[in-house]
Amino acid sequence: MANPVSAPAARQLDMKAALKEAAFAALVTFGLCIPIIAWGTRSNMENVLVLDPRWDAVAWAVAIVFVGRFLMALRQQGRSERKSMVRFLPHGTFAFFQRNSRIFSVFGLGFLITFPIIAITLTGWGGALKWIDNFGVQILIYVMLGWGLNIVVGLAGLLDLGYVAFYAVGAYSYALLAQKFGLSFWILLPISGILAAFWGMLLGFPVLRLRGDYLAIVTLAFGEIIRLVLINWTDFSNGYAGISGIPRPSFFGIPFNASDTGFAAVFGLEFSPLYRTIFLYYVILSLALLTAFVTLRLRRLPVGRAWEALREDEIACRSLGINTTNTKLTAFSLGAMFGGFAGSFFAARQGFISPESFVFMESAVILAIVVLGGMGSLWGCAIAAIAMIGGTELLRELEWLKAIFGQDFDPTKYRMLIFGFAMVVIMIWKPRGLISTREPTAFLKEKKAISADMVQEGHG
Amino acid sequence: MEVFLQQLINGLTLGSIYGLIAIGYTMVFGIIGMVNFAHGDVFMLSAFIALIFFMLVTAVVGTGAGMIMVALVIVLFLAMFFTALWNWTIERVAYRPLRGSFRLAPLISAIGMSIFLTNFVQVVQGPRNKSTEPMLNDKITLIDSATYAVTINYKQIVIILTTVILLAVFWYIVQKTPLGRAQRACEQDRKMAGLLGIDVDRTISITFIMGAALAAVAGVMYLVYYGSVNSADGFVPGVKAFTAAVLGGIGSLPGAVIGGLLIGLIEIFWSGYVSNDYKDVAAFSILAVVLVFMPSGILGRPEVEKV
Repeated sequence: MANPVSAPAARQLDMKAALKEAAFAALVTFGLCIPIIAWGTRSNMENVLVLDPRWDAVAWAVAIVFVGRFLMALRQQGRSERKSMVRFLPHGTFAFFQRNSRIFSVFGLGFLITFPIIAITLTGWGGALKWIDNFGVQILIYVMLGWGLNIVVGLAGLLDLGYVAFYAVGAYSYALLAQKFGLSFWILLPISGILAAFWGMLLGFPVLRLRGDYLAIVTLAFGEIIRLVLINWTDFSNGYAGISGIPRPSFFGIPFNASDTGFAAVFGLEFSPLYRTIFLYYVILSLALLTAFVTLRLRRLPVGRAWEALREDEIACRSLGINTTNTKLTAFSLGAMFGGFAGSFFAARQGFISPESFVFMESAVILAIVVLGGMGSLWGCAIAAIAMIGGTELLRELEWLKAIFGQDFDPTKYRMLIFGFAMVVIMIWKPRGLISTREPTAFLKEKKAISADMVQEGHG
Repeated sequence: MEVFLQQLINGLTLGSIYGLIAIGYTMVFGIIGMVNFAHGDVFMLSAFIALIFFMLVTAVVGTGAGMIMVALVIVLFLAMFFTALWNWTIERVAYRPLRGSFRLAPLISAIGMSIFLTNFVQVVQGPRNKSTEPMLNDKITLIDSATYAVTINYKQIVIILTTVILLAVFWYIVQKTPLGRAQRACEQDRKMAGLLGIDVDRTISITFIMGAALAAVAGVMYLVYYGSVNSADGFVPGVKAFTAAVLGGIGSLPGAVIGGLLIGLIEIFWSGYVSNDYKDVAAFSILAVVLVFMPSGILGRPEVEKV
């Protein structure tokens, strides 16, 4: 290119190339849509399957992909070097959060503690139930599960796809022991945790020598085995039908009901189902904070340092005399214990459990929260849980979309669809998770942030 | 004895289906070292594609005795093409940007893809079982003793024959063509293969396409055999096929087929002689036991750990 004019010309947008790419993407989309979207299968009155053509939906999909790809192609041309695909937040936001994490922790904690009051003030007594239960309690359960799994995956680097098994152990321990022996929630909570930890050790033992993907698959198999046994061993667990009428937790002996000895009457308040929800909210909040506290303290203990060392390099660990068997087992059983706590809380909150609640999808969701948040980062886990669980819960609030898409439109149908898609997008956008820098727990003189990109992935 | 023979036939049929899916797992693992978690759902998707095309084609050619075979052949090729297109797109969108990224990223992306596909099919086709009329149900009686008749369905013959033919074609592609050579080279050393002029990205894409095409064959066979499909049907066959791939030795193609047949036989014999309820438990237990005690499987190479 001897002509100097061509240099600025190259900066100009190449419409033709962008159109070409967009057309190609649209063509592929058309191909993808042809069988599966273009015809919907439906059983008619005689229960025979018939096909409904839906070419309008195909046209929409093709048009959306065409426009989207076209804009993306233009955007990419506008840049000289390749940057990350999307940048919602200005550069250094996460670093800023991390520098001031103590202040934000205090703020976050303050918000969490006052959340029920805020919800009641903003939405009144009637509306607050939904917000505290669906958002507060639901998200906190996942935050806690995420933090529990974080010990196994984030700290010790053991990829566990069967975490929901321990959640199930905790839930069934509480449900069965409470029903058969009438023990209270506060006695059964630690027992469920201990039983789950025991199972964690039991299942952890045979998989110690596996690593990476294989470990993930074996833990998946264990998780499924536990669920299938719960389904099939009906004498023990009542099978598919599940266990209903699980005793609800009481306020240190005072039940939450409308009777004279109930919570409302004892404290001279008007009866409302909201009290129980608020109580449950604080229970799960303290359980989650306990998990975070234990994790933070453990990271400073020899065992926590051994976990992180194990995650970075197992062979180096062994050469330095760390007992990898014990280290892995403690991680497995501690993670399982917190899963068990969360499980027994879940059973107490729902009052009904069945194997349907402990499918593989749950494990995948919890693992996704840990990995998307950035492995090992408590903040990251919490943010990912809020984004993924809260975001999908928000879909229930989108009733107004019916006005646009017609009465048949049900946004909750798309919940898991969007969840799966978001997992893929976040992985492509930030493969190391949202918070990808780690603070060293052991350091000489001053802390230097480690970018996770520089840390080679451990084999554990 | 007669019961045993009957179970053997049923087990081989089921095992063929698992073997076809297992090849997709084993090839992808061999070439990029990743467990393609979404493969079971690609299989489920292919069964849906096959169902829709089957209804479209039979509406044209009718469902006469001979015509149904013609329809099935057409459906087979259409399903192979469109499933391959899907898997090509999935690889392009969800896995390729993550190549060379840290180890867990593609696995998480694949899990996300699996969730996406299950729910996508559920949204566009509804959550209920979709069933067709039973086809190719005529039986041939092989042994007729006084108490028990050993029979083989036409559909079982079709499934086993199709599997054998396609495996032969596939074996030829991998062993004798330049394409197969490129694949095996990438499997051994991707960087070196790239240096020697093999287009690694293209080879990986083709691997995904081939895996999906075989999964589509399995999908059509599944539809023919069971006559119904559901959007949740991808997970369990997917895990069983993965078990088959591991049992045979992951990365080994004949291993995947042998593993598939073994898993099919074990499942059928287990439900025939032990308990129908716990047949999935048996499959998952085998998966765990094999991974823990013989991770290189029957035909796999033992993994050498380099420090």
